[in-house]
Amino acid sequence: MSSSGVARFWREIPQRYNLLGNKCNSCNKIFFPPKESCPFCRRKSIGKMKELKLSGKGKIITYSIIHSAIENFQKQIPYIISIIKLDEGPNITAQIVDCEIEKIKIGMKVENTFRKIQEDGYTGAIYYGYKFRPCDSLLTEKEQCKCDTK
Amino acid sequence: MRDVAVIGVGLTKFGELWDKSFRELISEAGSKAIFDSGIGGLEIDAMYVGSMSSGRFIGQEHIGALVADASGFSHLNIPSTRVEGACASGGLAVREGYLSIASGLNDVVVVGGIEKMNDVSGTAATETLAMAADQEWEAFFGATFPSIYAMIATRHMHEYGTTREQLAQVAVKNHSNGALNPFAQYQREIKMEFVLNAPPVAYPLGLFDCSPVTDGAAAVVLCSLDKAKNFTDKPVKIIASGQASDSLALHGRRDICTLDSTVQAAKKAFKQANVTQKDIDLAEVHDCFTIAEICAIEDLGFMKKGEGGKAIDENITNLNGSLPVNTSGGLKSKGHPVGATGVAQIVEIVTQLRGEADKRQVKDAKIGLAHNVGGSGATCIVHILEGI
Ligand SMILES: [Zn+2]
Repeated sequence: MSSSGVARFWREIPQRYNLLGNKCNSCNKIFFPPKESCPFCRRKSIGKMKELKLSGKGKIITYSIIHSAIENFQKQIPYIISIIKLDEGPNITAQIVDCEIEKIKIGMKVENTFRKIQEDGYTGAIYYGYKFRPCDSLLTEKEQCKCDTK
Repeated sequence: MRDVAVIGVGLTKFGELWDKSFRELISEAGSKAIFDSGIGGLEIDAMYVGSMSSGRFIGQEHIGALVADASGFSHLNIPSTRVEGACASGGLAVREGYLSIASGLNDVVVVGGIEKMNDVSGTAATETLAMAADQEWEAFFGATFPSIYAMIATRHMHEYGTTREQLAQVAVKNHSNGALNPFAQYQREIKMEFVLNAPPVAYPLGLFDCSPVTDGAAAVVLCSLDKAKNFTDKPVKIIASGQASDSLALHGRRDICTLDSTVQAAKKAFKQANVTQKDIDLAEVHDCFTIAEICAIEDLGFMKKGEGGKAIDENITNLNGSLPVNTSGGLKSKGHPVGATGVAQIVEIVTQLRGEADKRQVKDAKIGLAHNVGGSGATCIVHILEGI
């Protein structure tokens, strides 16, 4: 991303800052990032895709701990990357923060938080967007395991 | 559709080839394949070249024409097309060549695959490879390419009890095959502890779960089967070519642990070839990471989902097992010059089916399968070949 222009970033701001997805009013499926048309309804969905702000809550379905990253993320290693199933349905890829690396596990409930994502050392540009953090520290490990479904 | 055969194969040594240029590599592989096939330049109807990112790796696009030129064919004005599908670029190029002959348009086609990855720094190579992932919705947020496969591994371990040792065993097995392949980047065996104790890259994957950065080129000559006999007495028939796609990002898939593009490409290929998984004598699968080989043997239908790790334990995929996988050493040990990989897989299968694989020869190999994946599974091509 290091040589990308600024427009490429600000185009995606509504999605990356506010988790703005959309919904197909033909089949009620929800998408993030928003889709031009519904892949299930296709032409029936034209004109029926409606903007929708997502709750930002979900749970981790898989993760990795990154020890070797590209330049813009060097300062953050080691960090956790994960795929989160949002409560509304879509899966998204995001970092998990405010969580000890040893504590990370599949099934953990998380919520989104607005953070600095990466820093371009060459242009000095700083990019922001969503990361996620554990949302319910009161939940015991056992209870978190129960949330862990396929 | 006309029948198509591979009538010639060529490969460069894979590795960090500081003294070899892009042009030298592709013309070396190409001329080896052409000499092997018995054709002359005038007989070539078209050329296809697979390359993921020559623009980023050597600052040169427009390599379709460049490759024809570097091979000494510029005066013949042969149509030459570059094909790109990330790590599946080579397999796609083979398929385009195959389709152009099957359709009746061409009789003789040369297909090359190449990547010259060591002319840029390791960091730049890593950044370029990450471009096979979704830049806006994966890489932007810090996902690296190994971390995407690592997330498949984490989920696979969670859902099916696949172990860290089973992942490591894939690397151990492929290195022991690679030790028998004079073209491989790493021609040495490695121990399990070595894999387990390697520096972490993206948990649960360490350095030796990952395929290396490699320079190399591969080429094949394809010909309509009816004309193949004019050139060679050992044609290998392409009995199927299946291709499929899926979401660019891993998070967009139906199931994190299943590459549906592999499932669908395989389904098409097995149907076209009219054979079943039991008929396959050996397979070259896309082991860009150790977990990828486990998913591949499951998604190709050789075993049920989740049983790939067990198959590794039972040595089924070893050189002397019932389904030898990656006899060449795979991407892991032979090396992974991205655009060359899919073509090099065909080279290995043809070499085996001709009975010319020397120390790593699979006994009585009649039918082989090649499986080439782009990105984390957004593109997949499966070819099935038969010695005749
Ligand atoms: Zn719909």
